[in-house]
Amino acid sequence: MKFHELTIEAARKLLINREISSFDLTSDLLDRIETHDPGINAFITIDRESALEQAAKADKDIANNELSTLTGIPIALKDLLCTRGMRTTCGSKILENFVPPYDGTVVKRLKENGAVIIGKTNMDEFAMGSSTENSAFKVTTNPWNREYVPGGSSGGSAAAVSARFCCAALGSDTGGSIRQPASHCGVVGLKPTYGRVSRFGLVSYASSLDQIGPFTRTVKDAGTMLQVIAGHDPMDSTSAPEEVPDFSRAFDRFDTNALKGMTAGIPKEYLSVEGIDPEVEQVFNRSKKILQDLGVTVKEISLPHTDYVVAAYYIIAPCEASSNLARYDGVKYGLRDTSGEDLMDMYKRTKSRGFGLEVQRRIIIGTFALSAGYYDAYYGRASQVRTLIMEDFSRAFDTCDFILSPVAPAPAFKIGEKMDDPLTMYLTDIFTLSANMAGVPGISIPAGHSSKGLPIGIQMMAKRFDEMSLLRAGYGFEQTLCLDRQFPNL
Amino acid sequence: MKISTDEVEKMAHLARLEIDDSQKEKMADQLSHILQYIDKLKDVDVKGVKPFSGTVFAHNVLRGDEVRPSDGPDVTLANAPERDGDFYTVPRVVK
Repeated sequence: MKFHELTIEAARKLLINREISSFDLTSDLLDRIETHDPGINAFITIDRESALEQAAKADKDIANNELSTLTGIPIALKDLLCTRGMRTTCGSKILENFVPPYDGTVVKRLKENGAVIIGKTNMDEFAMGSSTENSAFKVTTNPWNREYVPGGSSGGSAAAVSARFCCAALGSDTGGSIRQPASHCGVVGLKPTYGRVSRFGLVSYASSLDQIGPFTRTVKDAGTMLQVIAGHDPMDSTSAPEEVPDFSRAFDRFDTNALKGMTAGIPKEYLSVEGIDPEVEQVFNRSKKILQDLGVTVKEISLPHTDYVVAAYYIIAPCEASSNLARYDGVKYGLRDTSGEDLMDMYKRTKSRGFGLEVQRRIIIGTFALSAGYYDAYYGRASQVRTLIMEDFSRAFDTCDFILSPVAPAPAFKIGEKMDDPLTMYLTDIFTLSANMAGVPGISIPAGHSSKGLPIGIQMMAKRFDEMSLLRAGYGFEQTLCLDRQFPNL
Repeated sequence: MKISTDEVEKMAHLARLEIDDSQKEKMADQLSHILQYIDKLKDVDVKGVKPFSGTVFAHNVLRGDEVRPSDGPDVTLANAPERDGDFYTVPRVVK
């Protein structure tokens, strides 16, 4: 048995049976990170001492039979989740030395459930990007091929789980930032329903779209992670009072007819999206067949406003960002540039030195779209189109249990390939943005590889608060394909 | 929609950003390119459509106005770039 091959489920079994200790598991993974992360750059911060302390404490708890869901399991966090006493940079120079005075709610819940926080992962600055190339600190590479991006913005978390540096990780998804890197790195990525998971202690990018979710190697592990982080939180007024079901029920049974009675919808507009890679199409068609063989009825549906999703998103998200990021003014925390003369100089120099180009670009788009004379034509109209997109989804879910689609139009692209052309990069988000715009949950599951050996995932989206259907269908799919047993050689 | 370098400058000022002269033209070009694409929103018939209201929940969220323990000034001010006792300090505001 190799430590790094352990899923949450497998590690938990061995820990409970005292066949391994969390200390040995954690230190083995820390060694693996030390050896291999310099070529992958999944992590911004590792705190070896603290991780081993947490692991030793978990071993004590296990010895005392005080077991929680994640006791002793090493988990990584995207570096925009506030961790008390541990630097949280958001991939930005402006927060390079920021040490939060509190734990975000998801971090608190992981800790209460015994998880060992192994480190903080790299990301596109302020979660703005689809490749993790916009990090102010380093470029994360794809563990399957170091010349390629891992996707983004949660590229560090996806790469860390793919490279077997941790059993699971958390990321955040504003327009696909969990599902797309999960697809590019060959792991499971789940974006829960908006409101399912508290955003308290998540550094905000676009508050009406942001949602925290897990990266895991199996669908079952994704259910376990969601169980721990889901639920109402009085500290987040947008967190839903909805009851959290027992997600393990999604894995009750697996047989060849496990998904009989479920209906998958395939939006006809998705099939005519320009520039879908033939290998992605192949994987998609095979996935459809697998689900049909499991008893799923597949039918064509329509999401009529698909063609406007990217345009509406790239107004709404930058508008919210321009408002959210106004707080980084050098006054109370973060970078301060005092090379100028007065307060205005301090604001401008702090922001311009602290924010990278993509962040500044989105702040300016947002400022423009919210400014007098343009508000109605841009933000107002985009918000109306968002209502239409939501209605498309409500109607679609009247006739199907989940929507099946590719995650990204193509497998991971080469590092540097799209850096100079922001619009082309935005257009690759076409299949993932809608779930955020409509607030529905989505999951990305490994479904195949390209001829170059790069992973390709498929996406399932369900109606609000129906993560159960995603886990159930995803589990059946995964158990048939068995891709969870493949991983990159480092 | 085409964005000029003057507009980039104006928006940058509103956002309290300072765009380097060497970057302004590139920024204006990229923004124009993006906004040109976004102009396709004009093709959507939005007559009578309510704008997305920012929340999916129909009820207001309230809590009691009660005193609760807090971290205190030392923890709160630990990240202050500059402080004077229990105060944040900033450069001169009034000239």
